[in-house]
Amino acid sequence: MDERKQVPLWKIFTVFAKIGAFTIGGGYAMIPIIRREMASRGWIAEDELPDIVALSQSAPGVMAVNISIFAGYRLRGIKGSIVATLGSITPSFLIILAIAMFFNAFKDNPWVVRAFKGIRPVVISLILVPMVDMARKSCTTWWKWLLAVLALVLVAFLGISPIWILLCVLVLGFGVTYLSERRWKR
Amino acid sequence: METIALLLQIAATFFVIGAFTVGGGYAMLSLLQNEVVVTHGWMTESAFTDVVAVSQMTPGPIGINAATYVGYDVLFQASGLHWVGVVGSAAATLALILPSFLIVLLIVRFYTRFRGSRLYEGTMGWLRPTVVGLIAAAAVILVLKTTWTGCIPSVAVVRENFVDWKSWLLLGAAFAASMWGRVNPILIILAGAVLGILLY
Repeated sequence: MDERKQVPLWKIFTVFAKIGAFTIGGGYAMIPIIRREMASRGWIAEDELPDIVALSQSAPGVMAVNISIFAGYRLRGIKGSIVATLGSITPSFLIILAIAMFFNAFKDNPWVVRAFKGIRPVVISLILVPMVDMARKSCTTWWKWLLAVLALVLVAFLGISPIWILLCVLVLGFGVTYLSERRWKR
Repeated sequence: METIALLLQIAATFFVIGAFTVGGGYAMLSLLQNEVVVTHGWMTESAFTDVVAVSQMTPGPIGINAATYVGYDVLFQASGLHWVGVVGSAAATLALILPSFLIVLLIVRFYTRFRGSRLYEGTMGWLRPTVVGLIAAAAVILVLKTTWTGCIPSVAVVRENFVDWKSWLLLGAAFAASMWGRVNPILIILAGAVLGILLY
């Protein structure tokens, strides 16, 4: 525990920047890199990792950032969590900024226009695949499927904001769970 | 003045998105798309599709990458100045992660009691399928545009994203390669680019 206090902030920044730079394809791709970078340094114990992942999934936001906040906090408190978070988002921030700046200059180039005609339909498939994976895991009963289809129709065809739907389901889900728990206890 | 108002509006919108993202980057993408394309009209469907493509190809979480890009692009388009775009991307990115930051720090303290509680798991059992529907909606909005005249809907294909029948073949092939072949998404996007140049 004492050793943790000694980790310099710049070191936290560079290690998380390295993790951020090599995370391609979302939060789960980050786990093996985190394990290698953090467990080998003794920053976290090997058996702490599942807990960190579970916590990061349960908080709102993106898992990769939540892992950084949590792990940074374990190392140096609030300061550590700020430094770790900034470290993990800096590489992608700079890369995206560079692309966004130059894309406007290139986007009317005929080669780029043709390439994007091929890319756009492909991108939509890449959104669908993680959705199917999530559906297999989370739509376990008929009413859960109904909930998913309802959300799809309300947002895609009726133009209702997803935030309202999440709020309603949060209140509804919490209420139903709370009431059924109370009934069980009686 | 208008630029500052826009900046604040983006920061506020992205803060709300950050607070309501349950289920990771793709869920965040569905919220982003709805606010940026549908509610505020800051970007067109096809411009947003390009943002998604770039965000998938670059390192880092897809939702945050997309927010960085949108923040830059919207403020650059509004002002014509690169540095204003940079301020926009920083504001968008930080506003997006601020809610996670506050909430993670809060639950770090209550973690052991919080996780595995029936109330928590029960509520998540409702939220997770909803998120599946929201992600599906994000994909559908990139393919189909619904306009309402009174109570009669008319559904049309988004032509910028689906140029012709070959687009549907590309969609199917990419889905198969990713779903059953588990081919790396970056390779699939690169293949899409090469095929686009060859086909069109």
